[in-house]
Amino acid sequence: MKLTVWTYEGPPHVGAMRVATGMTGLHYVLHAPQGDTYADLLFTMIERRNHRPPVTYTTFQARDLGSDTANLFKTSLQDAYARFQPEALIVGASCTAELIQDDPGGMAETMDIPVPVIPLELPSYQRKENFGADETFFQIVRTLAKPMQRTAQITCNLIGPTALGFRHRDDITEMTSLLSDMGISVNVVAPMTARPSDIARMGAAHFNVLMYPETAESAARWMERELNQPYTKTVPIGVGATRDFVSEVAKITGVKPYLDDSRLRLPWYSKSVDSTYLTGKRVFLFGDGTHVAAAARIARDEMGFEVVGLGCYNREMARPIRALAKDYGVEALITDDYLEVERVIEALQPEMILGTQMERHIGKRLGIPCAVISAPVHVQDFPARYSPQMGIEGANVIFDTWVHPLVMGLEEHLLHMFRDDFEFHDAAGPSHHGGHAPKPDMEGGPAPQAALSPRDISSQKKQGADVIWLDDAERELKKIPFFVRGKARRNTESFATERGVSEISIDTLYEAKAHYAR
Amino acid sequence: MTEVPRLPTSGGCRSEPILKQRGQREVFCGLTGIIWLHRKMQDAFFLVIGSRTCAHLLQSAAGVMIFAEPRFGTAILEETDLAGLADAQTELDKVVDQLLARRTDIKQLFLVGSCPSEVIKLDLSRAAERMTEKYAPSVRVLNFSGSGIETTFTQGEDACLASMVPVLPETSERQLLLVGALPDVVEEQAVSLLTQMGIGPIKVLPAPRADTDLRLGENIVFALTQPFLGDTHAALERRGARHLPAPFPFGEEGTTAWLRAIADEFDIDAETFERVTAAPRTRARKAIAQASEALRGKSIFFFPDSQLEIPLARFLTRECGMEAIEVGAPFIHKGIVGPDLDMLAQGPTLSEGQDVDLQLDRCRTARPDLTVCGLGLANPLEADGLATKWAIELVFTPVHFYEQAGDLAGLFSRPVRRANLLRLEAAE
Repeated sequence: MKLTVWTYEGPPHVGAMRVATGMTGLHYVLHAPQGDTYADLLFTMIERRNHRPPVTYTTFQARDLGSDTANLFKTSLQDAYARFQPEALIVGASCTAELIQDDPGGMAETMDIPVPVIPLELPSYQRKENFGADETFFQIVRTLAKPMQRTAQITCNLIGPTALGFRHRDDITEMTSLLSDMGISVNVVAPMTARPSDIARMGAAHFNVLMYPETAESAARWMERELNQPYTKTVPIGVGATRDFVSEVAKITGVKPYLDDSRLRLPWYSKSVDSTYLTGKRVFLFGDGTHVAAAARIARDEMGFEVVGLGCYNREMARPIRALAKDYGVEALITDDYLEVERVIEALQPEMILGTQMERHIGKRLGIPCAVISAPVHVQDFPARYSPQMGIEGANVIFDTWVHPLVMGLEEHLLHMFRDDFEFHDAAGPSHHGGHAPKPDMEGGPAPQAALSPRDISSQKKQGADVIWLDDAERELKKIPFFVRGKARRNTESFATERGVSEISIDTLYEAKAHYAR
Repeated sequence: MTEVPRLPTSGGCRSEPILKQRGQREVFCGLTGIIWLHRKMQDAFFLVIGSRTCAHLLQSAAGVMIFAEPRFGTAILEETDLAGLADAQTELDKVVDQLLARRTDIKQLFLVGSCPSEVIKLDLSRAAERMTEKYAPSVRVLNFSGSGIETTFTQGEDACLASMVPVLPETSERQLLLVGALPDVVEEQAVSLLTQMGIGPIKVLPAPRADTDLRLGENIVFALTQPFLGDTHAALERRGARHLPAPFPFGEEGTTAWLRAIADEFDIDAETFERVTAAPRTRARKAIAQASEALRGKSIFFFPDSQLEIPLARFLTRECGMEAIEVGAPFIHKGIVGPDLDMLAQGPTLSEGQDVDLQLDRCRTARPDLTVCGLGLANPLEADGLATKWAIELVFTPVHFYEQAGDLAGLFSRPVRRANLLRLEAAE
């Protein structure tokens, strides 16, 4: 038994839903109690999908247990086939149904459904969402894809994008265009956009582009073995990675490497003088392994940040992320415990977090700017505009997204120069941060509530600092620009605590400043 | 003199046939109630004993994470817990030990059953008894089920409140007990109106803290503020308390009838009642008249969700001029919503339970001007050109009593007004 407050990943059947919802012409019959239908809202609300996910839940109740859950499953499957007429079905159990051991796959087999019915074994008490997506896609591919004659021209499959994926929609467009520039067309994109009949013709492609190892690596390996299709190992997020990807594709296909970088702006934006202030910004990275690895390279090599910590929540990627961390001279944090991530961030005091929507909340609480680089994501991470992460435009988008939460370079200088000015006083706030909303309490007050959140009737958590700030030191602290003040306060306090100083004077403040100066 | 609400001349819906279908339900489980209950009970921790799905549900239903370390969490069952039940109890003790050691602010701990814990028959009442002894007197440990095989959405609150009833101490004093978790602002309004009439003492279940002087006994009369509290109602009656049946306090008419039922019980004269209610009633009517302009003559269709559907249909048809096509509720407890059914004119289909595909077919055929449904259905229906109102907002937002009556109408009129406002097609 493990106490969990927030989770990075849902249960594995949610991963299966991400595959099913991304596809068309596929239907998922899920043996599950009624409460599990909450998962629909992930897709209809967070991703704003305009259709219900293609999922039929059996919604058994307590009174069905021990009597009729098996029949309920059969009826649901029959009805779902009749109503939705899918090209193929996937069937499985959620955590509760796994316990009653009705064997959806076995039952389906006895039922003469005239289309392929693919059984899923997703161990809910061991594995999580990404595994569920990866395994589901693998089972679908394994059942439906067959070796076949290759297309005359060089083609590839784009594999990995799913519903509820971080920018998958736009990455597909970007990759399609990048490959097209090299004269390579896309045979099938899967699971997102594919029908079961498209999966059946995946074998016609010359190779696979593995966009997201989290959701399609098992399928990629199987196709490499069974369909003789090599797959790409580079995930083209960032300028360097995109160039590497182009070389890798060239090597696989024998096509001349080509990248149209006429619209690429990240390198110049990063070199331009306004970006000087980005130099050595201390960033902490957390997310899924793939996005963290890509972001680390961009952060260090393309933005000039200092990576002070990194990690991932999916244990499947623990090994590569540990190796990567070693390269960066930091300790990898491999955990799905949100509170542990928060503790590490609090201890490291980065100037920016590149994380998931969970870290966005940590950032809000600690007063540290945060940009989202990985799932899990929220409704604002499905922007209306074209906003890929991959390829040339992805690099441009990343530059903007990462710089946006920071105080702008010129503005940072002005704030320093005029920090006692009547218009630049603290309460005014930076001009681009949400219309002069009062700055959240640096000690960690409640984060602003979003539309769905319930009413707030609780009190703030207190911090147990035993050191006292003398009046003149407190006044001096107020002269420090607000966006670094929280850090200055905490640094000074831990400096004082470490030395057994119980009262902080102006001297203590500046000794701490000198101590932490880099 | 306050006029008694006029009952529909054609007869109310109390004896109307109810459509019952059995198929896929598209509803939350009772765990969802933790989201608002933990805000209300400020020294309580809700520990779900369940799976990753439970934790994921709570997180998704909450929409965002408001606090780094909330007063709810999930003890996620792992493979090893499923192997032997004795071990599961020991494991649970360990988790609770850790939790209470770290959170000394916790005075009430609810062990919340889930689908998996029910299926493996993990005995949480035994665990709660054991822990109550262990942690007495600093922490009270109770248990209830929020599982999706036994509870639907708001029934979680019902199960939680019902679990508190048996442990309340006995009293012979005559008191009024208001039952249901309401936002503080709304609760204070209700207490203030009743106090102004001279009614008291007034207590509220759930209380914000464990150490309040809630008592039960034969001289307690209680009024429900939420229609989904069937089990709590039964538990209170078992303790000898007496229910004051009334329409629910939504809208001017509902609030007046609800207050009237209590006032009659406490022999409050008509003048006093009038003096206390006249001004807020006028305000409520005015606010409703304004907010409901867009709703007059419009049709509405309710998918089953919170059990608020029948009282809300009564409010919307009688005070906002809407026409109800179908009023679906997860459960219809006539002992509780009977007075609302009496006031709801015959006409709409009443349905209990759900086969969501068939109900969607009915809804698409009827093409109502407004559909009240859960979050999973809202956008797909909007994409079909049907304006929707998410039902979950009705439990999260202050909507009870006079001063919120206009806001309540506004929740329904906003999507209708929005549908009229948007000009997204070409002019010609």
